[in-house]
Amino acid sequence: MNLALLAAQTTDSGTKMEIGDAALVALVGYSVVFLGIVMLMVILYITGSIFKKRDAKAAAAKAADAKTEAKAAPVAEKSAPVAPGSAGHVKLNGVPEKDAAMIMAIVADKLQTPLNELRFISIKEVE
Amino acid sequence: MDILQTLIDLWEGSGFSSFFADGGWKNLIMIGISCVLLYLGIKKKFEPLLLVGIAFGCLLVNLSYFGPDSTDALYHPDLWTNFLDPNSEHYHSYGHILASGGLLDILYIGVKAGIYPSLIFMGVGAMTDFGPLIANPKSLLLGAAAQLGVFLAFFGAAASGVFTGNQAASIGIIGGADGPTAIFLTTKLAPELLGPIAIAAYSYMALIPMIQPPLMKLLTTEKERKVKMEQNRVVSKTEKIIFPIIVAMFVILLLPSTAPLIGCLMLGNLWRECGVTERLSDTVQNALMNIVTVFLGISVGATTAADSFLNLKTLLIIVLGLTAFAFSTVGGLLVGKLMYVLTGGKVNPLIGSAGVSAVPMAARVSQMEGQKANPSNFLLMHAMGPNVAGVIGSAIAAGFLLTVFG
Repeated sequence: MNLALLAAQTTDSGTKMEIGDAALVALVGYSVVFLGIVMLMVILYITGSIFKKRDAKAAAAKAADAKTEAKAAPVAEKSAPVAPGSAGHVKLNGVPEKDAAMIMAIVADKLQTPLNELRFISIKEVE
Repeated sequence: MDILQTLIDLWEGSGFSSFFADGGWKNLIMIGISCVLLYLGIKKKFEPLLLVGIAFGCLLVNLSYFGPDSTDALYHPDLWTNFLDPNSEHYHSYGHILASGGLLDILYIGVKAGIYPSLIFMGVGAMTDFGPLIANPKSLLLGAAAQLGVFLAFFGAAASGVFTGNQAASIGIIGGADGPTAIFLTTKLAPELLGPIAIAAYSYMALIPMIQPPLMKLLTTEKERKVKMEQNRVVSKTEKIIFPIIVAMFVILLLPSTAPLIGCLMLGNLWRECGVTERLSDTVQNALMNIVTVFLGISVGATTAADSFLNLKTLLIIVLGLTAFAFSTVGGLLVGKLMYVLTGGKVNPLIGSAGVSAVPMAARVSQMEGQKANPSNFLLMHAMGPNVAGVIGSAIAAGFLLTVFG
């Protein structure tokens, strides 16, 4: 079957290409995709490193805060009795005990995990 | 009243008589094809959300269109030929389409204007978590490598002498394994091939679990497939919010022709991540996506009128589309292997095949093959990086082809 004749049977968009031109377009096209992607990758690495540094600083500050708090109130925590099977005390910041109990029950329910398998370190009211 | 004449008129006016007219047999074949596509969509669950609509659109057009004299047709290919002909008085006249077209002609305006593919991309953006890609930007390279099939199939189609440059570009993009991108580019460059290209693209996407595994096994060793990858870092909320803004700015500035696709993809993703537009994100992911899928499927199916579909070109498109898919998979796997070597065996090359878009099917295939080699292997999140990178890569490839041939 004559393929060129077949091609002429329908209304075609555009014009035929030389093999050399087609090869050039394919090569340049693949290179452009790589170029664009590599440039995007560089941008993502830059923004990623900025955020990693920021997160590391925030984590360090948090760790320092936690250390200071732990030093400030070790006696109170040790002195309070711990219920059998409990993982320790929950630090409540501006949250009534009743609300804290409710929050812990909701979290356990949402996670489908028994409450005694979860450990709550602190509950803080966010303004 | 002449009862006999009335019965003759009734027969001549019916679609049944058209099957016996010149070329009417082609419609019968297309009806058979549409039934096969319906079977594949419904029974075999091949991309059913789109394939069922495409198949039924195909059925409707071939039941009602038997040539330019078919006044009651739901879709009129001749109207669209005039729409694209600069010498026609109806050149680029949507008014003429609205006045003279059938239901599917009117729905097809959304495809022709590039509205449906862009809105689908908005939904895809709202459903996609770019976290794995942000955590591991190297995976972008796999998304780029997996565009190999796009350009090889383009070259093959152009070199065959059968297709024009525009048509070859539209065929090549099948290798991007991204239905909306394929439809978007084809309606811009070679609308006469939309039917076969859309059907090839969606059929091969559905066949990914059959096409990719043999290539994955062929190109990787047992040792490579067993590699367990380290867990990605946690990506902060702010990074996820900034990502779509950066990508939109960079890619659209690089290739302005990608603006409808990348713009909608990233807007959808921003709605998902910013945390203050849950209602919009939910609507785009569900209601809007479903509505557009209805219109897109049926109107793409309508382009498969027998006259324009049943020819050797369609067969060549099916073959070239498969080649494009296969080479895209190969491209991703080869760069995956290169990463395996360069990282001292830390990257499992199987994630490379996920660079062919087709979210999340291709990533699932990587996961399954990885787990077959090593049951404790969990590659899904690692494969999601190249998978979503493939969406960006294929949009860039489409933007390039649109710039060259548009």
